[in-house]
Amino acid sequence: MEATGVVTRVGSSVRVSRGEGIQLAVIAALLVFVLVGLPQLLSLFWIDTSTSAVVYAVAALGVGLLVGRVGMVSLGQVAVLALGAWVGAKFCLSTSLPYPIVLLMSGLITMVLGVLIGLPALRVSGLYLALVTLMLAGAITVVLTVTNFPNGGKGFLGYDENYPGTIRRPSIATSDPAFFRYSVIVAVVMFALVVWHLRSKPGRAWAAIRQSEPAALTAGVNVTLYKMWAFALASFVTGVAGGLLGSGAGKLYTFQFPTSQSVILFAVVLMGGIYTVWGAVLAGVLLWVLPALFTIWGIDSQLPTILFGIGVLQVLTTAPAGIAYQFPRDMAKLGKLLYRLVRRFTPSASGAS
Amino acid sequence: MIEIKNLTVHFGGVIPLDDLSLTFESGTCGLIGPNGAGKTTFFNVLSGFVSPTSGSVTAYGDDLLSMAHYRRARWGLRRTFQTEQAIEELSIYENVAMIHEHSSSSRSTRRTDVLGAIDFVGLEPNPNSKVMTLGARDRRLVEIARAVVGKPRVVLLDEPAAGLPDEETEHLGSVIQAIPGHMGALVILVDHDMSLVSACCAKTAVLDFGALIASGPTAEVLRDERVMRAYLGTEAV
Repeated sequence: MEATGVVTRVGSSVRVSRGEGIQLAVIAALLVFVLVGLPQLLSLFWIDTSTSAVVYAVAALGVGLLVGRVGMVSLGQVAVLALGAWVGAKFCLSTSLPYPIVLLMSGLITMVLGVLIGLPALRVSGLYLALVTLMLAGAITVVLTVTNFPNGGKGFLGYDENYPGTIRRPSIATSDPAFFRYSVIVAVVMFALVVWHLRSKPGRAWAAIRQSEPAALTAGVNVTLYKMWAFALASFVTGVAGGLLGSGAGKLYTFQFPTSQSVILFAVVLMGGIYTVWGAVLAGVLLWVLPALFTIWGIDSQLPTILFGIGVLQVLTTAPAGIAYQFPRDMAKLGKLLYRLVRRFTPSASGAS
Repeated sequence: MIEIKNLTVHFGGVIPLDDLSLTFESGTCGLIGPNGAGKTTFFNVLSGFVSPTSGSVTAYGDDLLSMAHYRRARWGLRRTFQTEQAIEELSIYENVAMIHEHSSSSRSTRRTDVLGAIDFVGLEPNPNSKVMTLGARDRRLVEIARAVVGKPRVVLLDEPAAGLPDEETEHLGSVIQAIPGHMGALVILVDHDMSLVSACCAKTAVLDFGALIASGPTAEVLRDERVMRAYLGTEAV
């Protein structure tokens, strides 16, 4: 009876297993806390930091998708984020399109640019792909230094040194806490989009590609198409996140997107864990909350960069699947250890010798 | 039916396949030969990883060589590799289903076809279990299930029994034997295990140094003097 029950459940995506049910409940509880509780508890400084963490978590999701699921090392994701931010700022300042449409446009245009950039890059793999994406990120940074981000000035570039324009926010989320909530919801939609992909045909094709390209080809997977698809999806979510970035701060500066930031993002994604989407959430937190804490404690804010380097070393040697995978297991072990200690030192609670 | 005419492959100065002409009619056919005879190169030509210098491959009237590799899978060409290729992070079900997804089979029969293939190879673990949790035998069976799900037309098995103990090879043999009758596909089996080849294949072709040295009913071929020489050498010990 049990065996047939198992078989009937196989492959149906509608019904949810018990483990998934628990996971969904945890996610829902966490979301309620982040949306309702967190903005009440945090100061404005921390709310802004959290908004940045949310945006970078989505960019980290893009990196995790490319590296962890498809096996393509991309070191240019912050440049892609900058592209999304540019497009988002441009649409916010030059049009009166509804805000969700602005985000959609940032995503779609960044996706097209990302695929165009990815197209030649797809011919190389491994270290060379990493190098090509890093160089392209450098190129984007150079171009942005010349063009700057739109601030409401005239012309296509929309930049005017002396113009005080601010990038607008959605009318339903003009305050900082409201915009934080808005960003969280957008991020959740992006995470859902990626998870949905991972659990359907493209996700399985990506898993096949990561394991072995020849085997994927003989399985009928159009490897080039699916690699491009991954690039497109990663660029889309990162573009949407970039669209949020301008509205969050009101103004954008080229120095916010140094090429080195892409490398640091890659490092924190490795630390967070590339095989689970939770790793991306952790990466966003590590990248923004840690430096903010250090600033408050009066420690040099460059220190996290060194810590991330050590962190990557630690993760790669002791927990290759990342903190998001390792931490719950370590905690479970610690819990068991504490439980045993408590039992040992509780005087014959169970009556046993 | 698959018809190979004057197939030649050059790797620089090495000629792994030399003017090979050969026909596989139906059922399970063996392809044997000593190491380096060109068996895997032959499979690589069929699946598109090696482009031949000259020659043609016609399968059920279609020119296989003109198709992109991934299109050959859609056409119905399946293959297993010498090394394990079941995808570790996916479940048994997903492993088999992804082949179905990229084949010409209809979506509406996917669940039945996939569960049918898993059942056909005799996989006992829960289809939801991840392949990384399985042992060598079950992983091999997942690969066979991947090769036979849906409507395969030609199934290439490259040393499926390598590394398996005898009793597991026996089960594998009975599965391989049943493929043509059950799925209607032509199976080409490459293996060094002669008892497996004898058990599965009515007909066998033998390659040595890229050329066909014998072909016909398996029992006869295995007794052929040229075949013995190719395997054992000619010098008296």
